[in-house]
Amino acid sequence: MSYWFRNDSRLPQERLAAASYVIVGMLALLLLGFWKLQVIDSDKYGVMAEHNRVRSIPIIAPRGRMLDRDGRVLVDNYPSFSVLLLRDDQEQVDKNLPAIAEGLGLSLDDLKEQLDNTKALPKFQPIVIKPEATPADVAFIESHRRDIPLLEMLMVHRRRYLPGGFMAHASGYVGEVSEQQIEASNGKLRPGDIAGKSGLERQYNDLLVGTDGMRRVIVNSVGKEVGRLTQQEAIPGKQIQLTIDYDLQDVAEKGLGDKRGAVIALDPRTGEVLAFASHPAPDPNDFAVRISKEEWQQLNEDKEHPLLNRVTQAQLAPGSVFKIIMSTAMLESKTPPESFTAFCPGYGVFYGQMHKCWVYGKKSHGAVSLHRAIVESCDVFFYNVGMRMGIGTISKYAKMLGLGAKTGVDLPSEEAGLVPSEEWVQRVYHHKWYPGSTISVSIGQGSVMVTPIQVAYVIGGIASSGVFKQPHLLKDLQNVGEMRVPLSEDTVERVTQGMYGVVNEPGGTGNSIRIQGVEFCGKSGTAQMMSYAAASRLGLGKGKNDGWFVGYAPRRDPEIVVAAVVEDTSEHGGTAAGPVVRDIVKAYYDKKNKKAPGQVTAENGKPGTEPGPAKKEPAEEPKVAAKPEQAAAVLPASEKNKTD
Amino acid sequence: MVKDAPGARDYDWWLLAIVAAICAIGVLEIYSATHGSALAGMHMKQIRWLVIGFVLMFVLSRLDYHVIMDQAPWLYIAALTALMAVLLVGHTRFGAKRWIPVLGEFFQVSEFVKLIIIIVLARFFSEVRTDELSLQDLIKAGLLVGVPLVLILKQPDLGTALVLMPMLIVGAFLAGLQWKHAAVIVMIGILMLPVGWHFLKPYQKERVTSFLHPEEDAKGSGYQVLQSKIAVGSGGFWGKGFGNGTQNQLGYIPVRYSDFIMSAWAEEQGFKGVLVALGLYMALLLRLVQNAQRAKDRAGMFLIMGVTAALGFHVLVNVAMVIGAMPVTGIPLPLMSYGGSATLFVFLAIGLVMNVRLRRFVN
Repeated sequence: MSYWFRNDSRLPQERLAAASYVIVGMLALLLLGFWKLQVIDSDKYGVMAEHNRVRSIPIIAPRGRMLDRDGRVLVDNYPSFSVLLLRDDQEQVDKNLPAIAEGLGLSLDDLKEQLDNTKALPKFQPIVIKPEATPADVAFIESHRRDIPLLEMLMVHRRRYLPGGFMAHASGYVGEVSEQQIEASNGKLRPGDIAGKSGLERQYNDLLVGTDGMRRVIVNSVGKEVGRLTQQEAIPGKQIQLTIDYDLQDVAEKGLGDKRGAVIALDPRTGEVLAFASHPAPDPNDFAVRISKEEWQQLNEDKEHPLLNRVTQAQLAPGSVFKIIMSTAMLESKTPPESFTAFCPGYGVFYGQMHKCWVYGKKSHGAVSLHRAIVESCDVFFYNVGMRMGIGTISKYAKMLGLGAKTGVDLPSEEAGLVPSEEWVQRVYHHKWYPGSTISVSIGQGSVMVTPIQVAYVIGGIASSGVFKQPHLLKDLQNVGEMRVPLSEDTVERVTQGMYGVVNEPGGTGNSIRIQGVEFCGKSGTAQMMSYAAASRLGLGKGKNDGWFVGYAPRRDPEIVVAAVVEDTSEHGGTAAGPVVRDIVKAYYDKKNKKAPGQVTAENGKPGTEPGPAKKEPAEEPKVAAKPEQAAAVLPASEKNKTD
Repeated sequence: MVKDAPGARDYDWWLLAIVAAICAIGVLEIYSATHGSALAGMHMKQIRWLVIGFVLMFVLSRLDYHVIMDQAPWLYIAALTALMAVLLVGHTRFGAKRWIPVLGEFFQVSEFVKLIIIIVLARFFSEVRTDELSLQDLIKAGLLVGVPLVLILKQPDLGTALVLMPMLIVGAFLAGLQWKHAAVIVMIGILMLPVGWHFLKPYQKERVTSFLHPEEDAKGSGYQVLQSKIAVGSGGFWGKGFGNGTQNQLGYIPVRYSDFIMSAWAEEQGFKGVLVALGLYMALLLRLVQNAQRAKDRAGMFLIMGVTAALGFHVLVNVAMVIGAMPVTGIPLPLMSYGGSATLFVFLAIGLVMNVRLRRFVN
């Protein structure tokens, strides 16, 4: 060994001592760091640790069901599984995406797009990649739990509606919340959540949705469930009872059948909607899962507009139904006086233009009084009345009786219709009112437009001596709106006599739809959709009509009023829409008369037991009918008044 | 060679006791972190390494350190050769070429290179006869460290490469580093930082940026550090109890049995446990310095302080990483972290220290 170290014993003791100080200082600093984390900020990190290991998996609350006025189930739920994708581990997701797409039969591109769209959401939030898992999907997920630990199944409740679009426009439908809704909800809604999109589903969404529960589970860092903490049960949404009578609704649906149009039946004493149908109707069961873009587009572009709720949204010319408003206005304003008669040769010339009566070319009405004019629906009589009144008076009374404004029915997106006036023409078309236009308006043509619900509401109100109840579908709706129009007894008597004559007197336009033993009254209307000239220009040949019939019973203070419109028909209102109305009124009386005395019935406002022989049950839930007291939804006061 | 065989009472039993205590809490925490997982039984493997380490330590302590330091040039050449070999034929694990198989185990060559550099530097500095370290000698020492450092960086193993620096700095300091030289080196170091940055691998840059801006990287190394901080912080003063650390048991703490074992310990044992662990490390390091102060000659002193520098740096960087005060570098915690090569390195290093102590009174 070379002697390189030479017993050199010079030791830099000072610098060695300095090294010890450095060591002590260094460890003191580290300890300080631990003190900060473990003592000062301990609570904060404690919470973070808690969040780390606990994953909250939602328990979806079922939506409240919808029952008819007798407690029969109209809309309910069925359980189904959604496939969730856990996105905590991006690498795993990227790696397994093709296998997942193949295993679940999804398009890889769609899946990628969905992932891109949800990038902004927190990573620990799983997303629904397939709403309705098939048994094969379930098998796939279970068998790949080990190698693809990214899929989870979530039990959800799907909406079940009566098949074939039964009552579809009233019930509306639910769908996945849109991104805008999620943003607007302040974190209450998550992607994949279901909310009412239209109809009652939307109107009473806050009532129908429950509060989702939460299953808190312990997961390890790769998201595998290793234990269970607490379970907060879901609170189901509230069940709501509707004013709809399933039996009448069934008659309405069948009555309309393949025809395009709408039917609404109201109890004018309360404003309760007994039947509500709009055809064609989509089947909302198709939207209860997830509707593809193409299908949705197809529905929206359909020329028959199946998504249009014709009861509240179709704004149509009322045709001769408007003559009831004209008659009321004439009797109230005494312009012309009630003794006014007109001579109808089948046409009339006003302001230099010839206006035909509907009987033109076949016969003439001769000299007609108000009563005969209503019964036989003489256009020339009302041309004269309108000319004498002027648009100002017509518009004043039409508005007073509730036209041109929403009825306030508890459904979203109701239309107001249109009552033309001088101001309106000035505002919209920037010209003066042509007096000739008044003539068309007098028989419900021209620019006057109404919705079917308005027709039922207005006619029901007039026949109820000027008491107009806000139409509504929620049985327990509090503070039902009411409008009172001071109509003289004489006016109501004469107008209702006229409408009684329409059905029950010889020559009446509704003469073919009498009901034995019922004071059935009504008025037909046949509104031209376009002029003969325009129709032939478009190659449609003969002009098509919207056929109206509004009927009610009994003559004074009616219990039921039904308005029906059949669009695009070549028939007259009395024949096209009349039988639909008659069938509903008849069904109403049949049901009423079958009820044993003393039985709780629809009339006294309490849900009754199933009357008469067992009819077709709308849904397989017999226990509900047996326990109707559970049916009524409790409404918070703040919700009760919402109608728009 | 060995004139008088040193007796049992000449060993530093206090030092051994401290080492044993640290190893014990390490094994406990490895058990807690891995039992019931796919890694169960790891603590037994660690015990095996500890036993081998103890044996090697005693073997090494019997061999006069002068004899070992005599072979420094050959050891140096062997180290460089091994580093080249690992780059050429080494085994790639976890994205880096650091391992060569020996006797059926994979050894991390750079761990043994650290030991050799300690010996080489001690030899070099003990041959400096002046009280003040000349610039020339300083540059020579720098080159001695620089070559293996570059080779280790190539693997890439930034952590081990960094450990060489405190060995050089502490050695130079004790060899009489002049303050003006120190100032110039610090200046150059600061100026070289951007250049050094340029040479970092993307994942290394990411670690540094995520250290500076942890919120921008919630899933990468920023995530690791955050989870570690959550573990430490949620442990509180008293800790969650042995085997009850949720961050630990549920695997939120990254490599909880190795680099982040302090995080697992702190979660389960709380601040009081940290106090114990860091107290033990402080006792260990101060005991090493004390041994250096009582060394027979400069050579022994340099040897011990080289070991002290390496271990001290390991403790500092690892523990600071666990509490988020330093970027993630992959430096294990001596004697606590699971690992074969790293454990053997520490025991061999302590063997060197014993070696010096045993020959305090021997001529």
